[in-house]
Amino acid sequence: MENFFLEGTNKTPQLDFNSNEGRFLIAGRSIPENSIEFYKPLFEWLDNYINQAKSNTTLDVKLEYFNTSSSKCLVEIFRKLEALQQKNDNVLINWYYEEDDEDMQESGEDFQEIIDVKIVLNEMEEEE
Amino acid sequence: MNLNDYYREMLEGEVIVSYKGAPSQPLFDGILSVADERLAVIEQKSKVRKKVYHIMIEALQNVYHHTQGEGVQKSESPETILFVLSKNAKGYEISTGNHIPTSLVATLQAHIERINQSSADEIKQLYREQLHGGEISVKGGAGLGIIDIARRSGEKLVYAFEDTDDNNSFFSLKVKVSA
Repeated sequence: MENFFLEGTNKTPQLDFNSNEGRFLIAGRSIPENSIEFYKPLFEWLDNYINQAKSNTTLDVKLEYFNTSSSKCLVEIFRKLEALQQKNDNVLINWYYEEDDEDMQESGEDFQEIIDVKIVLNEMEEEE
Repeated sequence: MNLNDYYREMLEGEVIVSYKGAPSQPLFDGILSVADERLAVIEQKSKVRKKVYHIMIEALQNVYHHTQGEGVQKSESPETILFVLSKNAKGYEISTGNHIPTSLVATLQAHIERINQSSADEIKQLYREQLHGGEISVKGGAGLGIIDIARRSGEKLVYAFEDTDDNNSFFSLKVKVSA
């Protein structure tokens, strides 16, 4: 199947989903007014991926900002990864946050609490 | 109070960005980008900068959703919105003002009151419950926006409702961030 790639903008994240390697990335800012519209093509792509997945899938999330409507979409993506895990795929989510960004760290903890996939929190050193 | 009175009150402290007028998406993008640039200069702590910026995004999107086909009657000035980001000795204040249909006031007020009466930990639980259970609406908010704002701010939300005509009320919200 084709990979899913979308360049980032100042309101929407870069989406780089490589189906062959089972390596996914969401990076940048996710603050569109209509998040569902933005993420819908990815949801559909993931549904296809689940049906022909590799044995290992890793999602890296490196978001600087995301709005609450995007957080609902992230839940939706993570739920799809849960479904993948139920099909015996090894699934891992890496949640990155910048040093001192306690809010982003807590967001990672929120997802750990409600999602049944291993989410590893990774602190990054600040690039300034 | 009329809109100008609200606006004057919001303009206390050192104003970083302010706006009174019609809402539009390009305008909100502009406000965010100006605030982003100014904050990068005046606020050294990236943690505070991010918190303020994040709350601004959420607050403006709340205003945006309220002004999008939510049944606000097009009478005299219901399209006017207010936005102010200011700095004072304690930190930052993000203030918004917009019209909402009076029929929504009771629900919104109960929502904010519930948040204001909750501890930080209760707000966190409330957020997680909504994130876990709430449906994604086309609007996208699912009631999370104001909970998110309160959680990040860590302070009580200051708000007011005032009837402006038979159908509309003016909703003003002030969010504080200590620096």
